[in-house]
Amino acid sequence: MAGLNTKTISELSDLLEQGKCTSVQIVNDVLAAIDAHDGKIGAYLTIDRAAALAQAEAADKARAAGKKGALLGIPLAIKDLLNVKGQPCTCSSKIIEGYVAPYDATAIAKLREAGAVFLGRVNMDEFAMGSSTESSAFKKTRNPWNTDHVPGGSSGGSAASVAADEAIAALGSDTGGSIRQPAAFCGCVGLKPTYGMISRYGLTAFASSLDQIGPITKTVRDAAILLTAMAGKDPMDSTTVDLPVPDYSKDLTDDHSLKGMQLGLPKEYFVEGMDPEVETAVRNAIEHCKKLGAKIVDISLPHSKYAIAVYYIIATAEASANLARFDGIRYGLRKDGADPIELYGKTRAAGFGPEVKRRIILGTYVLSSGYYDAYYLRAQKVRTLIHNDFRAASAHCDAILAPVTPTPAYKIGEKTSDPLKMYLDDILTTPVNLAGICGLSVPCGFSKAGLPIGLQILGDSFMEPSILKVGHAYEQTTEWHRQKPKF
Amino acid sequence: MADSTHMDVSYIAHLARIHLADGEAELFQGQLDQVLTYVEQLGELDVSNVEPTAHAMALVNVLREDTPRTSLDHDAVIANAPAARDGQILVPKIME
Repeated sequence: MAGLNTKTISELSDLLEQGKCTSVQIVNDVLAAIDAHDGKIGAYLTIDRAAALAQAEAADKARAAGKKGALLGIPLAIKDLLNVKGQPCTCSSKIIEGYVAPYDATAIAKLREAGAVFLGRVNMDEFAMGSSTESSAFKKTRNPWNTDHVPGGSSGGSAASVAADEAIAALGSDTGGSIRQPAAFCGCVGLKPTYGMISRYGLTAFASSLDQIGPITKTVRDAAILLTAMAGKDPMDSTTVDLPVPDYSKDLTDDHSLKGMQLGLPKEYFVEGMDPEVETAVRNAIEHCKKLGAKIVDISLPHSKYAIAVYYIIATAEASANLARFDGIRYGLRKDGADPIELYGKTRAAGFGPEVKRRIILGTYVLSSGYYDAYYLRAQKVRTLIHNDFRAASAHCDAILAPVTPTPAYKIGEKTSDPLKMYLDDILTTPVNLAGICGLSVPCGFSKAGLPIGLQILGDSFMEPSILKVGHAYEQTTEWHRQKPKF
Repeated sequence: MADSTHMDVSYIAHLARIHLADGEAELFQGQLDQVLTYVEQLGELDVSNVEPTAHAMALVNVLREDTPRTSLDHDAVIANAPAARDGQILVPKIME
């Protein structure tokens, strides 16, 4: 059976269960797709062929011995920010080039337990700082729908690998939209779970109060399967919440009615300067949800316009502290100096790229004496207002509908010289991270130029069942997610 | 908000332990001044009675039993060090 790489987790899991294919066949098809296309796409930094095939063989043996599970034998691509024991973890940065992870991140350990296969490491913005994967120190990843365009970021390699059928699904991380935005740009499904749902242990920290691991997949059901496998309390991450983990895919039935659901439409999310094609696609998607029985209610999130300003203060402040560990002493690059201070300064100058340096400097500044109150404390207070907006809105709706990005994927190089312009593209995704709630991106159309457009579905904390239900109903009654790029 | 939207990039880079090249300092200066001008908009809001949010979830202190457990594999950790000798990470001298 050819083309197993084009299938979803749930389809493959059925085929495996029925004995119609093996995990080794799936991995071989995926590796063949990587060989055929990744020269053009550039999603992967490293591919661990031998280990992937060995894991696939082990999964096939386990299944023959009676083990079951939706992820048993399914090959995944992993963002280069998550530690997979024995594989490199460079965060797309020269400062830890050559680092080999001595342990599994908790999310990875859970997937390993479930029998998933780890194909290799996919490209990203350096330390997850960026919205286009152009700040990777190693290579450019291209959008499979049009290779002149960016795949989005920072999980650009994850999204591109899934869109190009070079992985069945992938893991990313979302600090200000880094799962949802590349998923939208590449026509995939991207889920940013509620803060605390998935352990961050083994995820290289960027902004600890915002970071969250999540899946990039071909369908909403696949996202639910991966969420179920990764969620749960972890003693290694004290911010994980102690709640029972249901099977999130169980309620995604063939009944696609949204009757009884109230969906909020925030007036602030159709921002000035939004591409008319994006607005049309999202408004059509809202009409579609209405036809499925949902009631659409107008809501207001008045402080959303401050989200970018708050985000870039809080995220950079936390990054400046988190990235202090890259000092040339315990791991990675070291540039010798006359004294330790010079060693740190030279190592960090040589190891970090411009976007990371810019953010560490900004973060150091907003935390520095005399400016803390004016910037950091004020940003934390406005964060409260943004959080309160969502809380108030959630009182009278089950989920919120919005665009993911103001435009489809832009051209490579178009925005790299103007950081503020690139930052402003995250205006529709960052409020979700500041409030710690959950968000889902599903394909809802294409621009005339053939680039994918995403619908964002937001839910209050732990309301994943609601957003997955809306996303699944929309997806299964439309054809957008079935389109494939030609390259 | 702060009195000035102009930061001394070279000084802050020193605090952050990053040696900037001359051209780099000038480039960042312009870009970061622009970002700081943008974040000035937070000054529009009256936040005098608003509690700050440091974290989206309420944080509680977590304690665990002080029981021994396996640590990371020693060789794997040392293999990642930029310099090592006798199974230890070699660091520059900090005192004469």
